[in-house]
Amino acid sequence: MSTIAAAPATSRVSIRRARVLGIVFMALGFAAAWWFGFGSESGLDSTFGLNSRSSEVDLPPLALPSRETALLLAAICVFLGAIQLTRGFGKQANLILGVAVGCFILAFLVWAARDDSLNMVGMLQSTLLRSVPITLGALSGLLCERSGVINIAIEGMMLTAAFMGAIVGSAAGSTWVGLILAVLAGGLLGALLAVLSIRYRVDQIVGGTVINILALGLTSYLSAQILARYQNLNSPGRFPVIEIPLLSDIPIIGPMLFANNLFIYLMFILVIGINIALFRSRWGLRVRAVGEHPKAADTVGIKVLGVRYRNVILGGMVAGLAGAYFTLGSVGRFDENMTGGRGFIALAAMIFGRWNPIGAFGAALVFGFADSLQNTLAILQVPIASEFLLMAPYIATILVVAGVVGRARPPAADGQLYIKE
Amino acid sequence: MKTETPPAEPQEIEPPRPRSRSIAVEALLIPLLALFSALVVGGIVMIFTDPEVARAWASVGRNPGNAISMSWDLVSSAYGALFEGAFGNPTALSETLLASTPLILAGLSVALAFRAGLFNIGAEGQIIGGMLTSSWVAFTLDLPLVIHLPIALIAGFLGGAFWGSIAGFLKARTGAHEVITTIMLNFIALNLLTFFLKTPIYQRPGRTDPLSKEVAESARLPSFGDYRVNWGIVLALLTAFVVWYLLFRTTIGFRFRAVGANPKAAAYAGMSVAGTYILAMALAGGLSGLAGTANLLGVVYSMSPGFLGYGFDAIALALLGRTHPLGVVLAALLFGALRAGALQMQGTAGVGTDIIVVIQALIIMFVAAPALVREIYRIRARSAIETDAITKSWAS
Repeated sequence: MSTIAAAPATSRVSIRRARVLGIVFMALGFAAAWWFGFGSESGLDSTFGLNSRSSEVDLPPLALPSRETALLLAAICVFLGAIQLTRGFGKQANLILGVAVGCFILAFLVWAARDDSLNMVGMLQSTLLRSVPITLGALSGLLCERSGVINIAIEGMMLTAAFMGAIVGSAAGSTWVGLILAVLAGGLLGALLAVLSIRYRVDQIVGGTVINILALGLTSYLSAQILARYQNLNSPGRFPVIEIPLLSDIPIIGPMLFANNLFIYLMFILVIGINIALFRSRWGLRVRAVGEHPKAADTVGIKVLGVRYRNVILGGMVAGLAGAYFTLGSVGRFDENMTGGRGFIALAAMIFGRWNPIGAFGAALVFGFADSLQNTLAILQVPIASEFLLMAPYIATILVVAGVVGRARPPAADGQLYIKE
Repeated sequence: MKTETPPAEPQEIEPPRPRSRSIAVEALLIPLLALFSALVVGGIVMIFTDPEVARAWASVGRNPGNAISMSWDLVSSAYGALFEGAFGNPTALSETLLASTPLILAGLSVALAFRAGLFNIGAEGQIIGGMLTSSWVAFTLDLPLVIHLPIALIAGFLGGAFWGSIAGFLKARTGAHEVITTIMLNFIALNLLTFFLKTPIYQRPGRTDPLSKEVAESARLPSFGDYRVNWGIVLALLTAFVVWYLLFRTTIGFRFRAVGANPKAAAYAGMSVAGTYILAMALAGGLSGLAGTANLLGVVYSMSPGFLGYGFDAIALALLGRTHPLGVVLAALLFGALRAGALQMQGTAGVGTDIIVVIQALIIMFVAAPALVREIYRIRARSAIETDAITKSWAS
């Protein structure tokens, strides 16, 4: 009965939401036309480079008339808004929102690159690279949270693993040994989180906070105590770029996707693998059961605490991989607090991606894009405060948890103790 | 002589008494044992990260006495210097109080929110919110001290309160979990700060780096004589008293605690849960804003980009002080002492100051896991003092 009574209310809300979205599309279109279309003087061209340093095939750069292109993109936004207001896209509305925002951003790029050139492939490449630790961190978070344990310690796990990767990799003279130890260090912190929150019933957020502080303190202390004195312990080297034959020669996407180092390939494997495992395997069904309704899971014979221990340790190991990326995949040395809040962006990406591996990867790409765009704009000397772009991931996450754009629903038992009766 | 009868009465009351005493003892025992354990583990970390001592341990088979005595020397000199640097002389004491000031205020912020059932991880962002408003008042206006300083302090409180109330509002209106929103708001505040420090309103003239103007003399917290400690500590202690009074002697405080204990029951009793969340987060934010302001007007006098690093300490303090204002003050004095003594420890024993952060993390870990402390020290659980789960599920 109550569901029937609630139905008109929800549909009224969705009608209002549909109208709001339509207006948003229109507004994006008009804003794009005003700022980026009429903002660029007519007769200028925006040039987009389509080559990266490593590509074999040379593509001619794409030169577009700035004003006309921006106006076209703005028109698409307005058109989408008009359809949304009259017919409505229904369930596809969120997707269309993505398209509209995409057009807006493209129009912005056209405006930013007017009478100038912008290396499109380079920017997308850096987007992908910047999204690697965020994606892996988000995967770590969702492995834990799908089983009902909140993990806000992604940052601490990444930082510790980054340190471990640097020092062990240098001492052993092998990036592989560094990688393995970094993953183990992440797993160890995962185990600590699991023991604290499951065995000693510490509040999971407090437990995560402890790990974050501990990791920051230990790595800063040890890097001042050891790495500062023995510089040679802080040069682990990096994993080489592996070019996949043939595929890496494809223009544009080749160098982007198939000429990267180990971490990027591992990331793709993990995103797809975890997605399949979580939604298509018996293991995944059990994990989700434990995260949604542990009592029911227990009743049918699933070992709730066992599943949680395993998942949190696994999550720690994935966070360890994310941490290793900083020292062994990207920078090649450890610096104090080098993760710089990436663990919290990963948390945001996990929420933005609605506790779903593919979604988390998509969110990480969006956040990585904001980060790389900020960098590009600095090079183009666009007079726009980069801080607001850096804020975007956090604002987007707040909008999602507040239900402004869609609704994020976490696993029902996320953060709750399970005590066997 | 009928006076024989009264003793019978106390005897009836007697049985609960030892139990209540043991609860009090345990309430103190666990934090003390937690502190002790954290110092022991911290000492072990020092031993194995000091190159010479570690080398002595590597050849422990040949000369065990040497390794042990070297370890003892290192740890005792480190902790000795830490104590000396925190309490050894009036200057040290002044530094301890100075370091404690913002910690008390930030710890109160998290503790107050805890009482209303909210986990405020956003102290860091609220500190920035408070500093942005108070610094503007402090370097723009030109007023006599008795007016300027209070206005700057109030501005700091309001700035923090505004930033904190965003999370409260989101929680009340949409149910967005405050842990997520406050973490996100921290980073939004950080970027806002960086942005503002590059605008002419805040940036110091003639500077290209993001550094704010210096606050006017008339807005600075006056210090005591030749010591660096200032009136901020008095402000912090007074605030602690006010928070205690608010929580335990007013209806607002009762409402906070009722909503914190059981929001459904509180709503059933006719209290506005949504209103309580907004007010509690605003007050918590205000206290954090005041923490940042006390540091700004009492110690640094200008802003630079970056977190101050009080946010996580504040969570530790609220837990260590068991969310009671008096407990928070004592915990903050302890953490202030650690911060103040750390420099001397580094100078004398060559132990990096960051070991303090490790010790603090260990303190929270042990305090938050009384079952762990009991297991280590073989204390049987006598009372029902267990830390309850403070946070509700993300979903709630």
